[in-house]
Amino acid sequence: MTILFLILAVLAIVGASAAMAFRSAVHAILALALAFVSLAILYLSLDAQFVGFTQIIVYVGAVAILAVFAIMMTRSDSAHHHTEVFSKSWLTGLVLAGGVFTVLAWAVLGDKTQHAAADAPAPVTTVTQIGEALMQRYAFPLEIMGLLLTAALIGAVVLAMPLLSNKSGAKSVTKGDAR
Amino acid sequence: MTPLNGYLLLAAFLFSIGLAGALTRRNAILVLAGIELMLNAANLNFIAFWRYGTHPEALTGTMFAIFSISIAAAEAAVGLGLILAVYRHFKTTDLDEIDSLKG
Amino acid sequence: MASMNTGIVEQADQIFVVLKGAVVSHLPTILQPLVSAIISVIAVVAVFAGLFALTTVFERKGLGRMQNRLGPNRVGPFGFFQPAADGIKSLTKEDLVPRAADKIVHFLAPVVLVAASFLGYAVLPVGRNMVVTNLDAGVLYFFAAGSMVELGVFMAGWSSHSKYSLLGAMRAVAQMISYEVPLVLASISVIMTAGSLSTVDIVAKQAQYTGTIAHWYVFTPWGFAGFILFMIAATAESNRCPFDLPEGESEIIAGYFIEYSGFKFALFFAGEYLGMLATSALAITLFLGGWSAPFSFLAWVPSWIWFFAKLLTLIFCFIWVRGTLPRLRMDQLMGLAWKFMLPMTILNLFVAAAWRFVPGGLPVRWFVCAAMLVIPFALLSRGLRSEKKLQTRTYRFAE
Repeated sequence: MTILFLILAVLAIVGASAAMAFRSAVHAILALALAFVSLAILYLSLDAQFVGFTQIIVYVGAVAILAVFAIMMTRSDSAHHHTEVFSKSWLTGLVLAGGVFTVLAWAVLGDKTQHAAADAPAPVTTVTQIGEALMQRYAFPLEIMGLLLTAALIGAVVLAMPLLSNKSGAKSVTKGDAR
Repeated sequence: MTPLNGYLLLAAFLFSIGLAGALTRRNAILVLAGIELMLNAANLNFIAFWRYGTHPEALTGTMFAIFSISIAAAEAAVGLGLILAVYRHFKTTDLDEIDSLKG
Repeated sequence: MASMNTGIVEQADQIFVVLKGAVVSHLPTILQPLVSAIISVIAVVAVFAGLFALTTVFERKGLGRMQNRLGPNRVGPFGFFQPAADGIKSLTKEDLVPRAADKIVHFLAPVVLVAASFLGYAVLPVGRNMVVTNLDAGVLYFFAAGSMVELGVFMAGWSSHSKYSLLGAMRAVAQMISYEVPLVLASISVIMTAGSLSTVDIVAKQAQYTGTIAHWYVFTPWGFAGFILFMIAATAESNRCPFDLPEGESEIIAGYFIEYSGFKFALFFAGEYLGMLATSALAITLFLGGWSAPFSFLAWVPSWIWFFAKLLTLIFCFIWVRGTLPRLRMDQLMGLAWKFMLPMTILNLFVAAAWRFVPGGLPVRWFVCAAMLVIPFALLSRGLRSEKKLQTRTYRFAE
């Protein structure tokens, strides 16, 4: 329980809660980016350098930006702007989430197994080791991941592309945006 | 409290926030954001278990986190593509209004 | 005599490292890492902020020469104190915030942008033993820091609540994401060959000599092609001409930072130039051997002089390109990224792998690898050209 952990935990929780509570969708995504960044720094403090930097590249650099793009492309007229933020069944959802947290916290706090002490020497992991593991032990999952990402790329482009009967003038621009 | 428990509690809380958001928000994009938050909480668990586990040299937690981040990227791309397609059809991303399949 | 010479050379090369060591060694042991880090950070921030000021003068004077005019020449000798005057001007100007603007995000945007622009410098080795921190995943860190800039740009454009700035931000973000792909793919060929993500290791690999010639990656066919592709992508990343649509003055006035004035405007300006300097410095680190000399008989010149000489040369190229090329159209820009840059960088990755395995002497390898790049390049550009049907343009709205 270091001070760093407490600060980052508070930042992550504040960012995440704000992301789920803000009325404006763009504000929510920006708060979410704050949560992502503090999580990335948490990974760094846990000696997972590679995962921390990947987290920033993927979540802040890609997912948050993509979400913001989607918000900009789905902005309806101002009449829709002041509708309800939360759905009609918000109470059920909140109760469910609270229940899940209670069960998880109960399981974590009731845990009696021994773990490495806090001052255990940090595991030395170089990028070389991660690369070797990806190329040898995890080669097959890596291949599947490549296939999945390619399929997702093509799928996202096909989904977001306007139907071919539309005006062909708008096509090339949207393709570039959809990625 | 061991440090591992602190990380697990934080992850559990973030997961619950994400779940609450995914279940209560109306905007489809923010529902997706809630799901991303849940995935992130799971990643934090993987990294914490790897760091405080007995065999950190096996890199299992790191690998799982890397693969899970890649999955999340693919999911976000397809999910937002779907939302755009749905928006083009219904002219809204409000999930309570998209209920044509409801009997 | 010879040993004394090398002693002087060594001292000139390491003078800043020795100076820092002397300052730090007087302090108690607990404070030493902290003070050492603070000194490094202050040095990097001061040097690159100064270089930014210098670049603005160079750019204005250089562009002036190319356009047959004088450029700034009133403040100080040859106008070289112009940035100081500009700085004072921007500090004393009124800081206008639009009434409709989102005040907090509007304020945070330049902060995020400049902070993210400075973060990348932490892993760039500016000389032998002169790097703020040698991270194991240094190049990854650089791109992670760079990806935060996009969020700052979007925040600026969206929070201003102006159509021009929002359009500019959307253009900028789309362009930066699109060109990040070839930028990263071009650097991966170097990472693959060097077998390391650490910038210090990558430079150390290139600072070796065969005969008199250094092992710079730009001296190989794939390295040369990679360098060109990297620099094109870097130009687009830093929103510079001919890819400066996000701030196209004639269409959307100044893009995402149109609603900023005074010192915040200066911060955006600084962020843009710092981004350009950082990507140029990364290009030097990856392809041009970082601080190393091109020929072994020139190795006596201090390493930091080499680095900054290369940096200024690349900046001159940026200014030259800006003075030469007209702005692209949005679809041309996206087409270039996805139809030309992406296939070429992926091909370059294969050529970099082939370079290692092609048998025979250096000439044979050179010929085979260059052919592997040039022939697809010719075919691709022919294919892309034939796709365009050149005909009389019809204007829909301007009749």
